Amino acid sequence: MNSHNDELIKKLDLISVKIRKHIIEMLYKAKSGHPGGSLSAVDAIVTLYFHHMRHNAKKPDDPDRDRFILSKGHAAPTLYAILAECGYFDVKELNGLREINRMLQGHPVCQHIPGIEASTGSLGHGLSFANGVALAGKLDKKDYNVYVMLGDGETDEGQIWEAASAASHYKLDNLTALLDRNFLQIDGNTEDVLRLESVRERWSSFGWKVIEIDGHDIKQIIESLHEADEGKNQPTMIILNTVKGKGISFMENNVDFHGVPPNELEYKLAMRELNALQGKLEGF
Amino acid sequence: MSKVMENPRNAYGETLVELGKKYSNLVVLDADLSKSTKTVIFAKKYPDRFFEMGIAEANMMSTAAGLASCGKISFASTFAVFATGRVYDQIRMDIAYSNANVKIFATHGGISVGKDGASHQMIEDIALMRVLPNMMVFAPSDATQTRRLVERMATKYGPMYARVGRASAPLIYKKDDLKDIEIGRGIITEDGYDVSIIACGTMVDYALDARKLLSKESIKARVIDMHTIKPIDKKLVLKCAKETNAIITAEEHSVIGGLGSAVSEILAEEGCPCKFRRMGIQDIFCESGEPKDLFAKYGLNANHIAKTVKELIK
Repeated sequence: MNSHNDELIKKLDLISVKIRKHIIEMLYKAKSGHPGGSLSAVDAIVTLYFHHMRHNAKKPDDPDRDRFILSKGHAAPTLYAILAECGYFDVKELNGLREINRMLQGHPVCQHIPGIEASTGSLGHGLSFANGVALAGKLDKKDYNVYVMLGDGETDEGQIWEAASAASHYKLDNLTALLDRNFLQIDGNTEDVLRLESVRERWSSFGWKVIEIDGHDIKQIIESLHEADEGKNQPTMIILNTVKGKGISFMENNVDFHGVPPNELEYKLAMRELNALQGKLEGF
Repeated sequence: MSKVMENPRNAYGETLVELGKKYSNLVVLDADLSKSTKTVIFAKKYPDRFFEMGIAEANMMSTAAGLASCGKISFASTFAVFATGRVYDQIRMDIAYSNANVKIFATHGGISVGKDGASHQMIEDIALMRVLPNMMVFAPSDATQTRRLVERMATKYGPMYARVGRASAPLIYKKDDLKDIEIGRGIITEDGYDVSIIACGTMVDYALDARKLLSKESIKARVIDMHTIKPIDKKLVLKCAKETNAIITAEEHSVIGGLGSAVSEILAEEGCPCKFRRMGIQDIFCESGEPKDLFAKYGLNANHIAKTVKELIK
């Protein structure tokens, strides 16, 4: 990698820390929400919005925009923080997450929040919705790409596999799914709850091109997205090997933080860790 | 005099083709039942805009919403039982909550499905769709009304559900009638002042037959074709309550949650002193059989309506 790319990676790493700080702030203030799966999803979505996707916060309805659909809707804080930092709405909105009379609902809703493509929160729908967007793109001969993030636990849902068949059947090479493979869902390890392995073979057998990467390595994310876009005649699945609660030592791989926000002490500790990481990256 | 029959499913398929010609952004999805729902007529004419989704209804509904988010008018079709109960969550999230421009057109609604039995006789669909915010609900009574309502569905924005039966149905209206039909405005198909029979779908024709039976006994029944169950025509319901003092609702659906419930909610809230009965399936699952035998056994033919009217107004 050349120095230009090093700069880019450093920039995206720093944005990811900033987004993680927003997430912790938002969830602490809201006193509810899902830290674990929000934190594991950060780096990939940051890379999409701050580097990879063609989009313009001033024109959220641009018919030629690339689309991102957050199928695992409980990671809403991640998407909200990123959309705010991109300029889709005021960053001040973030402090009203989950509050009455405020814009940011507990889960994404497309009707009232600029930049949200699909209302999600009931798991298993997003890939089907993304298929519809990708089919429309083909029909209209548009060159936009569609990205959709799935939780790994979410792929327990039968609808995911209906959609996986359809995306492959319709040769949706303008569609890329990203699987947040953090191995944890509410009741425990994904392999204990309802075995998913071999994830790679499953998607591959459904006719998808499969790429597997470290979901926190910006360089790998950038490269895999390019590879996905170049795919022909089939959709691409990028398996992001991630850590639930990534970035906060005591939340990492800790299923207790799936749907429980930090208390005051945890909030302070988390912010201290993120500030330290930010300082380290800035000094780098 | 024998009645002229036409299948509302064919009317749907043919109207889709006409609309497809007019609106290049109209797309149609089906779940391996296109020959039965008659979306196959559209598929043959516009293969690029027809999406065969296989036996995967949940995926079909969410995909229809994704297409709609890109400016498409999405018509999604399958049997009523699969178009509602099976995919309730997909409709709720991706279509109703998202206020998506998706039109769910279901066929094989009600007990007139016949021999397939209760598994396929959808008698709760209107109730399920009616409770969803943003959702509009229709039950056209014949092929002509199906044509006109499908046209309205395509041109008015928003989530909509319509259901017709499997069987051919007597034509109530001539092919060029109903040019001025409006969503949410019921039709006084025949007038009268002793009782109002407010019906929808297949029951409108039975109500008209009942009216003939009653007229032999000098009872003048008004028959309302309430093709839109939501938004319900409140003004017309209140007009009937005031002018006829007795109302009977008739639907090929459970008496819980459908047309009868919608009418009774208005009457109760407005404090109308009006005699009232709901006719429909009485909170039970039915069984296999010939449609006419099922209508007879479950109390939904013209004789039953006439009898109920006489009991109500005596």
